[in-house]
Amino acid sequence: MAETDILKPGARASGFTLHTTPDQTVSLSDFRGQPVVLAFYPADWSPVCGDQMTLYNEVLPEFRKHRAALVGISVDGVWCHGAFSANRRLHFPLLADFEPKGAVARTYGAYRAKEGVSERALFVIDGEGVIRWSYLSPIGVNPGADGILEALESLESAPSATSTQRRP
Amino acid sequence: MATGQSRVACLVLPVDGRDRVRGPADAPATLVEYGDYECPYCGLAHPIVQEVQRRLGRQLRFAFRHFPLAEIHPHAQMAAEAAEAAGAQGRFWEMHDLLYKNQQALDDASLLRYATALGLDLTRFVNELADRTWESRVREDFMSGVRSGVNGTPTFFVNGVRHDGPWDADSLIEALVAPARVHV
Repeated sequence: MAETDILKPGARASGFTLHTTPDQTVSLSDFRGQPVVLAFYPADWSPVCGDQMTLYNEVLPEFRKHRAALVGISVDGVWCHGAFSANRRLHFPLLADFEPKGAVARTYGAYRAKEGVSERALFVIDGEGVIRWSYLSPIGVNPGADGILEALESLESAPSATSTQRRP
Repeated sequence: MATGQSRVACLVLPVDGRDRVRGPADAPATLVEYGDYECPYCGLAHPIVQEVQRRLGRQLRFAFRHFPLAEIHPHAQMAAEAAEAAGAQGRFWEMHDLLYKNQQALDDASLLRYATALGLDLTRFVNELADRTWESRVREDFMSGVRSGVNGTPTFFVNGVRHDGPWDADSLIEALVAPARVHV
């Protein structure tokens, strides 16, 4: 397990900027105004067809119905992510938490220092940058997508206080 | 739902009349597989499931639901629809077995060949594939799997609960015949 608990609902999501390709970065702030799903996972190239990222790729249209963006994060480097993403035909970015290794995972309490990889940890963040749902899966168990979909649905039925007060 | 707790993934859509089922409706044990005809791991699982069915006999009800990972398996969706089109003519399981025995040949011409081999009404079969008659049904299966916590292919549910352990025949049988557990 992680040395610390993962960030809980109500906490502000830690900002980050990470490379997704050698010359492109993605920042959490890029998604301001829309929900974001952060999926930390241990490593690219799990030896099954239906690994977590492949599954989320198939469910992506459902996430998009909720206007949600999806990003995968692991400590793999950009070249590894590039090859994995092309092989699995992924339509969402994989971010390289590569240098300093696992720094972003640590800020979410989702790093396993002993193994040097991320936990399997999921975060649903609202358009204001507040964590609305988080889930730490046993490392060997792909958590599926049902929890994410439930969280996105409850986000719609209960928008954050600041977003409801916002005037057009 | 709480952070850091293991979720018990349960089948949100119980096995009922819409399902493709082998075995008696009142069998004491129910095994559900979410699978993809082009997935090699599902191909490995196919004879294992057949062995489990053989060994448990009338004790087991087995249902198969479609979970095509279409981005990595370009023929999986149409293969699933072909199985349903065969099912509409009463030959679902025969087509199911043929598809798993021929995972390397799931293009449209091969699907037609299997339909011919099964003696299906080919005009009807071809029209249903062309009209995507069974697309929504396959999608229903897929989404019922997503909502139940399917996390890869194959995913098994043993008596309504996701089976996270190994799926060799002995392990599946052991889980299937274990006394009913209480799930919170």
